[in-house]
Amino acid sequence: MKLEYIGLKEISGPLIVVEGIQGASYEEMVEITVGPSEKRLGRIVEIHGDIAVVQVFEGTSNISLTNTKIQLMGHPLEIPLSYEILGRVFDGVGRPIDGLGEIYPEVRRDVNGKPINPVSREYPRNYIQTGISSIDGLTTLIRGQKLPIFSANGLPHDTLAVQIVRQAKLAGEEDAEFAVVFVAMGVKHDVADYFKKSFEDSGVMQKVVMFLNLANDPVVERIIAPRCALTVAEYLAFEHNMHVLVILTDITSYCEALREISSSKGEIPSRKGFPGYLYSDLASLYERAGMIKGKKGSITQIPILTMPNDDITHPIPDLTGYITEGQIVLDRSLHQKGIYPPVNVLPSLSRLMKDGIGEGFTREDHPAVANQLFASYAHVQEVRALASVIGEDELSELDKKYIEFGKAFEEEFVSQSREEERSMENTLDLGWRLLGILPKEELDRVDVKILDKYYRPYSNKVRGEF
Amino acid sequence: MVPPTVAGEVVEVSKDGSYTIYHPIVKIREKSGNVKELTLVQEWPIRKPRPFNKRLGIEKPLITGQRVIDTLFPIAKGGAAAIPGGFGTGKTMTQHQLAKWSDADIIVYIGCGERGNEMTEVLEDFPKLIDPKSGRPLMERTVLIANTSNMPVAAREASIYTGITLAEYYRDMGYHVAIMADSTSRWAEALREISGRLEEMPAEEGFPAYLPSRLSEFYERAGYVESLSGREGSITIIGAVSPQGGDFSEPVTQNTKRFIRCFWALDRQLAYSRHYPAIHWLTSYSEYMDLLADWFKENVDERFLLLRTEIVRLLQEESKLMEIVKLIGGDVLPDEQKLILEIARVIRLGFLQQNAYHESDTYVPLVKQFKMMETIIYLYNTSRKLIEKGIPMSVLREKEIFEEVIKMKYTIGNDEMEKFEEIRGRIDSFYKELYNEYK
Ligand SMILES: Nc1ncnc2c1ncn2[C@@H]1O[C@H](COP(=O)(O)OP(=O)(O)OP(=O)(O)O)[C@@H](O)[C@H]1O
Ligand SMILES: [Mg+2]
Repeated sequence: MKLEYIGLKEISGPLIVVEGIQGASYEEMVEITVGPSEKRLGRIVEIHGDIAVVQVFEGTSNISLTNTKIQLMGHPLEIPLSYEILGRVFDGVGRPIDGLGEIYPEVRRDVNGKPINPVSREYPRNYIQTGISSIDGLTTLIRGQKLPIFSANGLPHDTLAVQIVRQAKLAGEEDAEFAVVFVAMGVKHDVADYFKKSFEDSGVMQKVVMFLNLANDPVVERIIAPRCALTVAEYLAFEHNMHVLVILTDITSYCEALREISSSKGEIPSRKGFPGYLYSDLASLYERAGMIKGKKGSITQIPILTMPNDDITHPIPDLTGYITEGQIVLDRSLHQKGIYPPVNVLPSLSRLMKDGIGEGFTREDHPAVANQLFASYAHVQEVRALASVIGEDELSELDKKYIEFGKAFEEEFVSQSREEERSMENTLDLGWRLLGILPKEELDRVDVKILDKYYRPYSNKVRGEF
Repeated sequence: MVPPTVAGEVVEVSKDGSYTIYHPIVKIREKSGNVKELTLVQEWPIRKPRPFNKRLGIEKPLITGQRVIDTLFPIAKGGAAAIPGGFGTGKTMTQHQLAKWSDADIIVYIGCGERGNEMTEVLEDFPKLIDPKSGRPLMERTVLIANTSNMPVAAREASIYTGITLAEYYRDMGYHVAIMADSTSRWAEALREISGRLEEMPAEEGFPAYLPSRLSEFYERAGYVESLSGREGSITIIGAVSPQGGDFSEPVTQNTKRFIRCFWALDRQLAYSRHYPAIHWLTSYSEYMDLLADWFKENVDERFLLLRTEIVRLLQEESKLMEIVKLIGGDVLPDEQKLILEIARVIRLGFLQQNAYHESDTYVPLVKQFKMMETIIYLYNTSRKLIEKGIPMSVLREKEIFEEVIKMKYTIGNDEMEKFEEIRGRIDSFYKELYNEYK
């Protein structure tokens, strides 16, 4: 027989406090009956002796200290899973909202997942071609990687994410099955619609699972949504051998929800009011990317976050960068110059690319050309700083070459159209062609052999070939 | 090895053969007359340092094969170093490099609240790499402690102590152990999280007031010692620090600085421009240099320190000159100063930058490090003579010798020291050529 607990001790924001509870466990789900018949769901987030703190998913409006009854459900939040889940749309806690009825579960899984033992992980090595030069050439995305987009309000991160999804190809494995899991956290309706429409237009909707917790949906569900999504991703990747790309947007809203709940729990805040466990909490999401030995599928994550005030040292991008395997940083000034995608390659990084590029993967010269482009473009910044002081005319001939290279790099290499899909070959050749603007002696990051083989002085004639 | 808590006379030893680790192997009669049975395992409470006879002086470097470390900011066997840096600046890479190439006997690598894939990488790579000292796979000298970021924080707090206790165990057998903790900041955060749950009064940025004392207890367990058995062994600690926002003024970096003597400061700007390792030459330091001076003189070259000082001086000059260049451009500088800028560039690109992915550049023996320094300074002195003759820097720069010296790390193999003579020869002909032209 299940016990029912009547009445509450306290209500605070999205939390309720229940007294006299026995045998409850951390993360356990509870069913809350409000008034005569309304049912809501909650999750135990803290236990002190016989007092339990419960997060109410749908919020605490209309709840009073006396009008509620609570029942423990005996298990943590679970989500029903089956292969039929592809093409479906759910709310933040995994209830279908597309009017197509319930899922008939093959299995049910705890949404919190389990940490993967590093011994059973497989180190990711195969690259995903996105057709975008700044990514493929300089921050190569590897299957099984977690590579966030650090963006800011008003920058085209959604367009970029959609372009990646549309163009992503697994090099050498065109027939592998892929799926997209998309989770919206606190974004506006039009953003969710934009993604949905783009998936439909490119004909992949039947391979997409969507979890929507929009800006006006309950904050508590925002904490659960990515966990549901990753549980689905794990199921598809490791039980159905699919290569799953997970898009999580917007991590900033997720973190703000976490902060809101933490402060209503009365926890001691760390930097900027965020809870001290923000790092561990984010890690419990991001570390669910990867590959597992003996399983064919993979989970690649592209979390999107908007940097408050364009500040990369803000705790949200900062802690994300400490966990993910690199980052793609979008830049407002490039955006204002009309460059799409406005990827600032200098702070961008893909940590896993070193093992997935070069001979046997992309092309022998890839590491060299990438290194040299980074180094030369970094030098462009110094020259520009100097030019802003003494004027461009006063620059030495060599420095003028750098200015020319910098401009060409941004306008021809980084910039491309929203539909343009460049092959890896094209991207690397383009890199060499632009390096040709600089004298050969300046290319000091490249091994002599590679340099002799690929370096050609720049000539205007071949312009427009790409 | 007999546990530190047991002393007495051996009264029985098992015959040769195979035994499980729990099988009694040796019987020891203690002073009191009690007979103790010893097995092949020992247990030790991880928070308590294992005892030793005495601390010995610090006088040998831990050779890492990384130029900026060995030459500019060396770490001693038995010393402690911190490597702070924002995300993606190279803490893990540097620690992996040291785990691979340093001349320790045993490596203890603690993945403390970091990525699962980085542990997997070690597990995949190390068995394939051969330890030059023993000729055996590197994995055989390595112990990994994996507590990734998504594992429980209580275990994260403990992982540091588990690691250091293992290190002490090997030290007591007379080994030189290097222990890497990536990252001590995650450990400090685990302390903070646990302290928060215990509702203790927080001090700075929510960290408990006992953070400094915990850090000092940990770093104090480094040292070069004579063990209870009279053997020499050492523990060298290298702790990564992940400061929030990359800002070194935060409590973990600041408190760590009090207990270490070697500071390898990673710089975000260097990392952005792909200058690796991104250890900044102006903000890093090693207080071990003086203690190790004699060792370098005896084992590498009399002039090792002299050349090192010259290299450091040139880099400092460069940074002063760059302030001027930033304001008015480089053209107005007199030629001697332009030369300093050029040589500093050679030092940065040719010497400080080291490519961890390059077959031979990934590890460079001390002799080669010395010869490279010698060549660079020789080039500097030779060029200075030309400048003094009134030959303009722009003419010097047209010669390919500077680029050639920058590339010597790739063109001269680690066992081709004779090739340095050739470069020297080319520097001489560079001198003669210009000298004759301008006579
Ligand atoms: N010595 C080096 N040689 C070549 N590449 C390097 C070197 N050091 C760092 N890198 C590059 O920088 C990237 C990031 O380095 P690393 O993972 O060590 O950073 P980190 O400081 O540990 O970051 P985090 O705090 O996020 O863990 C590497 O993936 C590699 O591409
Ligand atoms: Mg790291």
